[in-house]
Amino acid sequence: MDGLLNALVVLANFALVPGIAYGSQLALGALGVTLVFGVLRFSNFAHGETMSFGAMIAIFVTWILQANGVSIDPLPTALLALPVAILVTVGVVLLTDRFVYRFYRHKRSDQVIFIIVSIGVMFVMAGLIRFLIGPNDQIFTDGERFLISARDFRDLTGLREGLAIKTTQVITVVAAVVCCVLLFLFLTRTRTGKSMRAYADNEDLATLSGIDAGRVVLIAWTLSATLAVIAGTLYGLDKSYKPFVFQEILLPIFAAAIVGGLGSPVGAIVGGYLIAFAEVLLTYAYKRFLGHMLPDAWMPDGLAQLLGTEYKFAVAFVILVITLLIRPAGIFNRRSG
Amino acid sequence: MKTSMMALIGAAALAAATPALADDAKIGVLLGFTGPLESLAPDIASGAELAISEVSESGKLLDGTTVTAVRGDSTCIDAGAATAAAERLITSDGVAGIVGAMCSGATTAALQNAALPNGVVMISPSATSPALSTVEDNGLFFRTAPSDARQGEIIADMLTERGIKEVALTYTNNDYGKGLADAIAGAVEKAGGTITINAPHEDGKGDYSAEVAALAAAGGEMLVVAGYLDQGGKGIIQASLDSGAFDTFLLPDGMVGEALVDAIGPDLDGSFGVMPGTDSNGAEIFAKLIEAAGSKPGVYAPEAYDAAALIMLAMQAAGSTDPAEYKTKIMDVANAPGEEIMPGDLAKALEILAGGGDVDYVGASSVELIGPGESAGNFREIEIKDGKIETVQYR
Repeated sequence: MDGLLNALVVLANFALVPGIAYGSQLALGALGVTLVFGVLRFSNFAHGETMSFGAMIAIFVTWILQANGVSIDPLPTALLALPVAILVTVGVVLLTDRFVYRFYRHKRSDQVIFIIVSIGVMFVMAGLIRFLIGPNDQIFTDGERFLISARDFRDLTGLREGLAIKTTQVITVVAAVVCCVLLFLFLTRTRTGKSMRAYADNEDLATLSGIDAGRVVLIAWTLSATLAVIAGTLYGLDKSYKPFVFQEILLPIFAAAIVGGLGSPVGAIVGGYLIAFAEVLLTYAYKRFLGHMLPDAWMPDGLAQLLGTEYKFAVAFVILVITLLIRPAGIFNRRSG
Repeated sequence: MKTSMMALIGAAALAAATPALADDAKIGVLLGFTGPLESLAPDIASGAELAISEVSESGKLLDGTTVTAVRGDSTCIDAGAATAAAERLITSDGVAGIVGAMCSGATTAALQNAALPNGVVMISPSATSPALSTVEDNGLFFRTAPSDARQGEIIADMLTERGIKEVALTYTNNDYGKGLADAIAGAVEKAGGTITINAPHEDGKGDYSAEVAALAAAGGEMLVVAGYLDQGGKGIIQASLDSGAFDTFLLPDGMVGEALVDAIGPDLDGSFGVMPGTDSNGAEIFAKLIEAAGSKPGVYAPEAYDAAALIMLAMQAAGSTDPAEYKTKIMDVANAPGEEIMPGDLAKALEILAGGGDVDYVGASSVELIGPGESAGNFREIEIKDGKIETVQYR
């Protein structure tokens, strides 16, 4: 019995807990991508940089708060900075829409043009971020680091394996759940949310029925930017903030959004967790897990690892390719690709 | 007419490419000013530039030839950028020698694609890959840093002395990391220890929990992190501490730095490592000189000072700034016999050489070139105590 418990704890510590936190981060990011795609019908490659920008503003505000002695110990101060960061980032995103995307929308430009424009916006934002905060690592986590540390867990339970749960992991998961619930209530219960879904389903019909297209676009950008700031700040809190990383994380986020079905909020969440767990579980070395379950004689010699961790990103892309081959519109998309 | 014009243009281009002989020599300082080790590059560059300005101001090199440093950015991971930067230094700036490059991959690329075809001497202060010991170089490549094969042996000794038998090993996935990891694994196994896992990690990721999960599954008494302190190496250590996978870490040269101690905090206490360093007073003299010049004695800065000094002393010994002529003199000025030369004594060395005498350059890092023109190596064993990097002993 002890063996089984130890095995479960070791799996939870190294695969399940990090997987859930990583999945939540991807899901929040993918939700923002999918909202913009649903309403504006293009893949917004600048989303990663929007996350980075929001996190950067949150860091600046956190520094100001810390300098003035404001803290909400044991929670990280950055949570207090979130509303300001959201306001600033939404402002920047709306200005970008006003001066960049609107021009192409009025010209009714092709989807491909929009994608290229968003890549341009991505580079401008990336430059701006490096200009403002620099390319280096910034650590802005404060407050209690662990909900329970590996050593405390061992002392508490008497098991041989430890389970560490970081405060930031819990905050990430809670924030992801709250965001998802609020978003679904908004989309299904409010008039504005319904008009957004109508617009996403059929742009012309919705406009003919008197839905204000400009307002829908405005709200889609606002929601997407808000989600981006929350995702970016949580990611920065949980790992550390480094501008370069947000270009890297764009890939699994898009994989999550596409696997779930671009334009589908449920799909974005499922896709996020699917990609995260596939990456973590396929590259996990099960040697220690099996060590607690099996008698010594049955132990495998190697690490019992399916794929080396260097193939982590490949996993996301293999899933992406399989999805595009078998079900191009994604798991949860009603429209065909 | 047309052909003679072409010939003229060709001759003009050639003339421009040849290093200016009498009055002004240029030395390239080709380092990774951007990229994974950008935090170390400025100190290394100041080391090289200190030696260059010392010689230039003395006015004793080849009857008053002045020397200027020209910087080039080799990055650390981009072989194309390293080649382009080296090519620019050689063909456009016309340098007579290059201090660099910084990382092993960039060095190999710059050497094979630019320095070797153009016949320019390169002395790297910091490239430590064992592969560079056997690379084809026409006698043009040297390094004042020791090969990682030596570092691997020292790490194995440190583990044996502390009674540690089983370690997990992770390395940054490039020439430097792979070379060092193989050297460590070979030396540890030869000493009777066990490497439970030898796994790479990529730099620039946000999340290292999967990598740490694999390392933890393999187990071991401690984790050897052959990576970079401001890249994946830091991420691996942070994730290991967070998940309780490992408590102590062995830090090879790319991982030792104040930045890591500041970032990780008290959890790093008890970890130990090794970095290039010597207790000869050359290092002390150099530290004073570089501080007076307004910089600080960072990792590999002494080696850079020595690399630049060797190039200029060899020029003096050969009586020429032509790499083809002075390349054979580098080993002579670096090793015995001759008068020992410390940092700050470059003017004296130039005088001795001008008078036909012999020098044994010791310099800031106790240079002794062996085999294919690389430093025998002096290492400083360090341990992290109360958030400070403390010297245990010199090896």
